[in-house]
Amino acid sequence: MKLEIGRIYIKDIQLGNETSVKNGVLTVDKTSLIAKLKEDDRIKDVKIDIAKPGDKVRIIPVKDVIEPRVKISGGNNGFPGVTAKPAQCGEGRTHVLYGAAIVTVGDIVGFQEGVIDMWGEGAKWTPFSQTYNLTVDINVVDGIDPHTHEETVRLAGLRAAEFVGQAGKDITPDEVLTYEMGSIFEESNKYPNLPKVLYAEMMITQGLLHDTYIYGVNAQTILPALLHANEELDNAVISGNCVAACDKITTYQHQNNSTILDLYAQHGKEINFMGCIMVPEHTTLAGKMRASDYTRKLVKMLGADAVVVSEEGYGNPDSDLLIICKKCEKEGVKTVLITDECAGRDGMSQPLADTAAEAVAVVSGGNVSHVVTLPPADKVIGNAEAIAVLAGGWEGALLEDGSLQCELNAVIGSTSEIGYHNVTCRLY
Amino acid sequence: MSDGFKVLYYVNQFFGQIGGEDKAGMKPEFHSEKIGPALGFEQLLKGEGKVVGTIICGDNYFNENKEESLDYILNLVKNEAPDIFVAGPAFNAGRYGVACAEISRAVAEELNIPVVTGMYIENPGLDTCKQVAYVVSTSDNAGGMRKALPAMANITYKLGKGMEIGSPEEEGYIARGMRKTIIVEKRGSLRAVEMLIKRLKGEEFETEMPMPVFDVVQPAPAIKDLSKATIALCTSGGIVPAGNPDRIQSASAQKWGKYDVSKRDALNAPDFYTTHGGYDPVYANEIPDRVAPLDILKELQKEGYIGKVHEFFYTTTGTGTSVSNAVKFGTEIGKELKEAGVDGVILTST
Repeated sequence: MKLEIGRIYIKDIQLGNETSVKNGVLTVDKTSLIAKLKEDDRIKDVKIDIAKPGDKVRIIPVKDVIEPRVKISGGNNGFPGVTAKPAQCGEGRTHVLYGAAIVTVGDIVGFQEGVIDMWGEGAKWTPFSQTYNLTVDINVVDGIDPHTHEETVRLAGLRAAEFVGQAGKDITPDEVLTYEMGSIFEESNKYPNLPKVLYAEMMITQGLLHDTYIYGVNAQTILPALLHANEELDNAVISGNCVAACDKITTYQHQNNSTILDLYAQHGKEINFMGCIMVPEHTTLAGKMRASDYTRKLVKMLGADAVVVSEEGYGNPDSDLLIICKKCEKEGVKTVLITDECAGRDGMSQPLADTAAEAVAVVSGGNVSHVVTLPPADKVIGNAEAIAVLAGGWEGALLEDGSLQCELNAVIGSTSEIGYHNVTCRLY
Repeated sequence: MSDGFKVLYYVNQFFGQIGGEDKAGMKPEFHSEKIGPALGFEQLLKGEGKVVGTIICGDNYFNENKEESLDYILNLVKNEAPDIFVAGPAFNAGRYGVACAEISRAVAEELNIPVVTGMYIENPGLDTCKQVAYVVSTSDNAGGMRKALPAMANITYKLGKGMEIGSPEEEGYIARGMRKTIIVEKRGSLRAVEMLIKRLKGEEFETEMPMPVFDVVQPAPAIKDLSKATIALCTSGGIVPAGNPDRIQSASAQKWGKYDVSKRDALNAPDFYTTHGGYDPVYANEIPDRVAPLDILKELQKEGYIGKVHEFFYTTTGTGTSVSNAVKFGTEIGKELKEAGVDGVILTST
């Protein structure tokens, strides 16, 4: 499977009368985009705005972040199985508006939406302070139930990304990255002496606003599934969840999964990277046992020497993470985990909800309860008061001068468990 | 020099140059001069701080008269009002270590004065004070004095100058157990891949998160006769009275609440709802009993299957709540339930 990602560097963003990229400046036709999104009759109102790195702008409450792209050849444009007809992802050529992002905002659906600050202290804690963001603030029609509300906003974000991505269709990319891998047999023949490595990506799939979709299939319903490393990098996986903002894997992070990219970078050098196992996180013990057994089986069937396991969320999924670790280590498969910590606001609490002696190689994305104070913004996109009810915020978290005091819990992507950000914890 | 920070020093009878085991019964005394390690200590403060006195106490006396000794010493510390309190180092001396630890903890917790001490990693006093004091890691005997004092003095200097204290490895103290959130150069996935490759090559690697050690709670004995038992309802599912009067957080709870349900048959909507931020609230808000089943408990009470439902129901939010807060909540709620004569608890989680 061969995928070419053509990066078109975006250096600025503006609203205008056409949707285009010229000399790295992304222009978005606001009126047409709003009209396009309002084709969904569940949407009452859409507000479009922009936020650039360094602007004293706060975006809250953020639901999802999506990278605008367009398919040039192979597969289908958009998100196959969701916004487009089913097609194979991971092949052909995709153009990416690299440096731009669609950020969906709007009335609270659950409690688990987050904040992005584009400047200063807050900018350090979220990777999405570095992207040129097009914010899509969606109001749904009255009387809609929360699940339909979530779906409406989710699809609107994906459609907006598709709409904006079209601007890259006829542009010559600044850089073309090639991701190519043959069958596992071919690769193993090519690199007989390199250790075989799999990536097991756990996904929140607990239903009720906590779902992830692969080719449009709700991953709650699947047994752990094997994906070629290219597929997720090419729109096969999307986020449909309202898990705590700090460690939810946004759609953007699926599209640019840093664990896949960093393993890919070592393929053929230090390791033989064989692919991704998509592991659903269930709420029941039976579900956890089934998913972990099946994961171990795939790891063994494929003859892996090592596996990287990443988590999504915290609390009961900590158990899934450690059960998978125990089972793989017991089979002699070297396991590295990526997680984050619930160590309390003072950092003095034990960081995980479960423990396993086998978990000897763990990367930490930081403490979700670490409290940050974010200075007042010149402009708030969305609703600053939402912090009172967000996970990681509290009543009174919005101070009188407009400063925000909250846990990292509320900051999008701050404690990423796919290792997308550079926060961690040290023992002091 | 007079403007420098003030350090008050604590040593036992031996390091206080009073005497050995024969003097271990001496009562605590305050000396306005620098004695024993305190003498060299001041020279290590780079002229920025001074040792204003030395408290000396016999190890036996302290351990046999803890409360009285602590009272006396705390009063002395209060009067001298140092900026930093320094004790030991105690190396692996048991009684001296316990004295240093107890005093360190009291000074840090009750007087809110930063404390620096030194101990061998196996000193029995260590666990008492390492969370609240900087305990420099020392050798197991006084031969390590020349290494311990500069490290203790360096931390004291930084505390006195209001400088940030670095990591345990940098500063030489024993980790306090705090998980400090920091920003590093490399993203997490890259660190994971590098760790993996080191592991595969059989090279040394270091986990970023040593696994927590859990305490084990013994299950209570079974209730023999439920029909005479009082059962309390408790949940971490965030069910609260409408308006969330105690403002229990939607995640990372800092408190719990208790509410009188003696006159209710159920936790009906809209009188109750969930404030929990970790699950979809739709179905819980329709019928809060789905999370905290007061309705069923009351039915069981009517049928006589259980004796009585406790008049208060207890609630908090489980999601993202630190284990230390959970332990605290559990201890507090458990104590109340015990005192109220409750025999059993239905604890629901989400």
